[in-house]
Formats: sequence, structure tokens, C-alpha cells
Amino acid sequence: MARKKEEGKVMAEKLELQDIEVWDGNMAFAQAMRQAQIDVVAAYPITPSTPTVHGYAKFLADGYIDGEFVLVESEHAAMSGCVGAAAAGGRVATATSSQGFALMIEVLYQASGMRLPIVLGLVNRALASPLNVNGDHSDMYLGRDAGWIMVDAFNAQEAYDLMLMGFKIGEDLSVRLPVMVNQDGFITSHTAQNVKPLSDDVAYNFIGEYKEVNPMLDFCKPVTYGAQTEEDWHFEFKARQQKALMDSSKVISSVFEEFKNLTNREYKAVESYLMDDAKVAIVALGSTVESAIQAAKDLRKNKGIKAGVVATRVIRPFPFEEVAEALQNVEAIATLDRSAPGGTLGMLFNEVSAALYQSKNRPVINNYIYGLGGRDMTQADIKEIYADIVKNAEAGKLVTPLQQFSGLRGPKLSFFNQEQIDE
Amino acid sequence: MSKIIKNLKQFSTSNDRFEGAHLLCPGCAHSIIVRELLNCTDDNLVIANATGCLEVCTAVYPHTSWDASWIHIGFENAATAASGAEAMYKTLKRKGRLKDPNKPVKFVAFGGDGATYDIGFQFLSGAVERGHDFTYICLDNEVYANTGGQRSSSTPRGASTTTTPAGRVSYGNKKYKKDMVAIMAAHGAPYVAQVAPNKWKDMVKKYQKALATKGPVYINAMSACTTEWKFPADKTIDISDMGTDSLVFPLYEIENGTKLTITYRPKNIVPVRDYLGVQGRFKHLFKKENEHVIEEMQKAVNEKWELLQRREEVGV
Repeated sequence: MARKKEEGKVMAEKLELQDIEVWDGNMAFAQAMRQAQIDVVAAYPITPSTPTVHGYAKFLADGYIDGEFVLVESEHAAMSGCVGAAAAGGRVATATSSQGFALMIEVLYQASGMRLPIVLGLVNRALASPLNVNGDHSDMYLGRDAGWIMVDAFNAQEAYDLMLMGFKIGEDLSVRLPVMVNQDGFITSHTAQNVKPLSDDVAYNFIGEYKEVNPMLDFCKPVTYGAQTEEDWHFEFKARQQKALMDSSKVISSVFEEFKNLTNREYKAVESYLMDDAKVAIVALGSTVESAIQAAKDLRKNKGIKAGVVATRVIRPFPFEEVAEALQNVEAIATLDRSAPGGTLGMLFNEVSAALYQSKNRPVINNYIYGLGGRDMTQADIKEIYADIVKNAEAGKLVTPLQQFSGLRGPKLSFFNQEQIDE
Repeated sequence: MSKIIKNLKQFSTSNDRFEGAHLLCPGCAHSIIVRELLNCTDDNLVIANATGCLEVCTAVYPHTSWDASWIHIGFENAATAASGAEAMYKTLKRKGRLKDPNKPVKFVAFGGDGATYDIGFQFLSGAVERGHDFTYICLDNEVYANTGGQRSSSTPRGASTTTTPAGRVSYGNKKYKKDMVAIMAAHGAPYVAQVAPNKWKDMVKKYQKALATKGPVYINAMSACTTEWKFPADKTIDISDMGTDSLVFPLYEIENGTKLTITYRPKNIVPVRDYLGVQGRFKHLFKKENEHVIEEMQKAVNEKWELLQRREEVGV
């Protein structure tokens, strides 16, 4: 790796990258964070996001980073430090997982409430108890009401791309919201894959210079961050925040478009695979999306089943209209949630159902809880799910339980069984 | 740059960056402690404030009492908010992005004793260990005043609080106050001090020393609370005088973790009993069955004073 240094400027040295690098998802995050020339990173180690922080620390040690790296004593402090730094006025990011994310929840709400465009790389992992270091989406789901823009990467390339785009989206003057970029723990974060990076200059120019809004370090205009509001103003603040979050979908689309023009890699709020003539579809997140595409291809080839896959690239703001549109012409849908639903149906089931309830066509829809604590989602599991929803499609109504646990050892577990509903 | 204030008139008429318009109780010592910090320097200030009385009384939208950059995140993380802002300052200075790069900036965090001794203890410890260039000021009123007078780990033995009320079989709080100054000195912070608003010259001198110090500084400020200590609102300075003169709140400083200097020696030491007697929170101690607590407290104060004097003498 050759080093280049721009003359006359005090700045980090540049890294020359290959056209195709072999990176895991954590390295993809770390490289994108390096290229963004972040002003302050405050971070704390937790599996499986730790290598993102290691990678960043090594870049710093080798002179490729010119920002501050604050090694705080907890994840709560990591996000607190990020909020202090972002309010001071500059580009800020961190990374975490699972329990660490749970610990920073309080401050996530404060980051979004203060409209600070912090970028958080969230390497998804299960939440204890029982303690588990492997990938599921419990942490991602825990953060879904925190007022952050949330996007999901299904592989290392997307983790890199979305991390770069995350800065540009959150820092847009019409958005000014924090952005959470998700990737699956281990399956994505620790699996070396081919990644096509941008050069340091192209990546940085794509994101652009940080644009200050009410920085604390502008002493000509002192600012008060984190004031108190009660019943007189709190509601108006929260309403404006929701409006900003909902309106961010336009900026997200335009950043996706700009990125496509630059790289020829296309991103959409809702990704559709094999959906042109699909009769049955799986809706999923994370690395399961690629597994489901593989299973759908096999079923099309060997069984003649018109199977497709839909994935919500953008989780917040939830793309209701695009989800309904993507699933308009299918007969049956399986929503796959990789998080213990805590006494109800899975998040994807609830939100996809809500989107479809407003549409003309209402396909039969059911819910699968799978992969908790890193349990593998096999091709056989996915094909079984497709077989289920083919039955639902043929019957034109729900003939399977509304919610099932897929890949669970021991007796089958399901809730809201059809017989009970019919009674 | 320190502002030179020579006398009480100058002290009271100095230009305010902490506005007089706020919602703190009449007689609350917080406002004196905070105002003098903002008044003792001409440097730019970034202030982080923990949740608590000071915060809820000075930044109720759409109003603010702060003519300085100010941030409140949560109850526990004022030290970390200051850390983050200070880190950003360092980066922007290095990258040449500061608007006024030649004017010094000071980072100050305020927290009550709940925010400092209890919920924010880890955050403060982390920020001091990392060596951020900031001054943390604990407004120590020995109680969770903002939430209605509950005990904190700064509450003195014998105080009646809403969670350790004195009752038929209890004399109130059983624990001794945590020695936060010693703990912060043990972090190796370059400067640690205890101040009281009644000794304003001593307080301002320590503030100026704190702001001139590179690295983390901890200041424990006695903040008499009319509401929870239960004394008349016009007696704040009198009570504070009794606090320092009884040596319940000795005034001293510790440099680089070891060099201890006593900065105020009362001419006439007031008995602890007298200090307790003027506060409603200790009223029950004067019942016969509780008198032993007063004696124990006097003993503890004597021992602490002895220790401070010996440490000063030996220089450790």
C-alpha cells in the first residue's frame, strides 16, 4: 500500500487502494470512516463491531487519520462524547453492537432530538440474556423508535457504500439527523469478501466537506443545546423531528442516485429481487436477503415456483409506499424477523402488513422468527418457508400459522394458528 | 485570560455571562458558584451541564440564562459531553477550521452531587483519566434536590432526606459522605480543590487556577440548599460560613495528586453542633437518643482536619 501526501496541507496521509479489495464488513466500515475524514470518533469495544474500531485505530497509528479518537469508558460515554463533539461542530461517528448499543439507547434519543448528524456503524448482534455474541437483529430493532435514519447492508460492499452515504445523508442541511448503518454480526462483519472501494479523493469528495449548523465553537453566536421543554413545546419539537425524518426519504433517494452515477452501484429504499413475475415473496433483512435470493433461484429453476425476495434497505423512515408497491402482485408473503418479538408479531410482519392494508391487493402474509443468537438460516429452512407460502397462495388464505419459529430445535413452535383463527 | 476582580463592588457589578434571569430558588448557592466561574475569565466558554437543578432552572425553552455555548445531554454524562466538545476543538484547531483560532477556549462541566458522586461517577472518572483539558465543578448540596430531596452518596451522616427520613427508629442517613476530592486527586488530576461561595476570593482564585491548568480539574463546591437543608433563604452565606468555619467543609487544594495546601484556616472554629443546629435536616439529631451522631460527626471532622494538616505538612 503506497502512501501519498498532499503538499502544503496538514492532513492525514492517503491510502492507495486496489480496484478490488478483500475486506470483511468491519474493515469496510473502518475504511469508509477513514475516507470520510471524521473529526471525532468516540468508541468503546464490543464484539462483533470491535474490528471496526481496531481498524480505525491502526489507520490512526499509521498516520491515515487526522481527527481525534476518544477511547471512552463505556458505550453510553461513546455516544455522549459523540453528541458533545457533534454539537461542537464537526463530523462524528462511532460503532457498536448489542449490549453496547442497548447501553447507549438513552443518548441515541438525545442525538436525534438535538438533530446531530452522527453516523453509527451497528454490527448486529443478539441481546442477552442468555448472553450471546452472534448475529441477530435484536439490537437493530431496539433502536427503531430512536428517531435515527436506519439503513441495512446485506454484505461488506454495501456496508462500505452505505457508511459513505450515511454521512452525506445525515449531514444534508435539510436532514440533520443521525444515521445508523446496520450489518450482520460475523456473517457480514467477519467474512472476507470482494469489495470495490472508491479512491480516497473520490470518496471524500462524494461525501463533501462537513457543513456546520449552530456549532458550539462559534462564539459569535453562543448556542444552548439540550434545553428543557414541557407540555408547551415538547410536542412541536417531536413533530418537527418526525417531519424531518419522513422527509429524509427524498434526500436518501437522491444520494442513492448520485452514488449510482458515480459507481454504477444501485441502491433503493426497497430492494426487489426476482420480483417481476413473482407469486410468492420473502421479506427479510441483512445477510438473509442473499440466502433467500439463492433459494428463490433454485426453486424457480428446479420446482418452477415463482419465488421472489423483497428487502427494506431503508428501515427508518420506513418506506411504506415502496413496500406496498413491491409486493402488489404477489399472492403470499413471508416476513422474516431475526429478533425475539416480545409478545407480538415480528416488526417486519407488522410494518409490511400495515403497508399492504392500505393497498388494493392484500396478499396473504405470515411471520417467521428465525436465526436468534446466530442460528444458521439454511437453504432448507428458506425453501420450507417458500413451500408454506405457496400453500397460502394456492388456498388464497392463511393455512399456516400466522407466526412460526423457523430453525428451532425440538417441537414446532407457532402462534395464532389458523385453526384457532377459523374457530 | 483571567479577569481581575479586586473588591466586592467589582465582583457584584462584573458583566454577566450567567444571566440573572433563572428559576433557581431564592437563596440557592448554585447561582453564586456558577456566576463567578463565568465572571472570572474573558476566554470563550463551552459549558456542559448535567441534569439537575441548575440545568432545569437555566434552559427552559425558549429561554436560556447562558451567554456562552452550553449543552445538556443527560444526568450522568456532562464530563463526557465536555470531553467530546474538547476533542472536536482539538481537531478543528489542528485542521485550521476554527473561526477565531487565537482566542482561548475553556471547557467547563457542571453537575450536582447526584450527577457527580453517583450516576456520573464513571463518566467523570473516564474523562479525568483520559486527560481532557476541562474543569469539572460539582455543585455539592449533598442531596438530590431537583427530584425532591433524596439521599446521595454525598449526603452527610445524620441528615434526614426523603429516602432516609428521620423517624421513630431512625436518625436519618447512616452513611458517611463519600470523599470525592480524595478520589479525584487519586486520579492524578493536576488540580483538585474544594471551594465555598462565602469565601469568594478563595473560590475565584481557584477557578482561575483551574482554567489556567492544562488537563482535567475537579472542583467540589459547597452549595447550601435552602429547600433541602431547610434554612431561611436569606441565610445562605451565614450557613456557608458555618460550614467552612466548623471545618465540615474545609477549603484546600491538591496539585498533581499529592501536594495538598489548606487555603483557609478559620480563626475561631465553630462546633459542628452549631452548624447542624441551624438546619432543619439535622433537627432530629438534637433528640437525646440521637445526640451520639453529633459527637461522631464532630470526631470525624476533627480527624479529617488533622489528616489534611498532616498531609499539608508532609507534602503528600
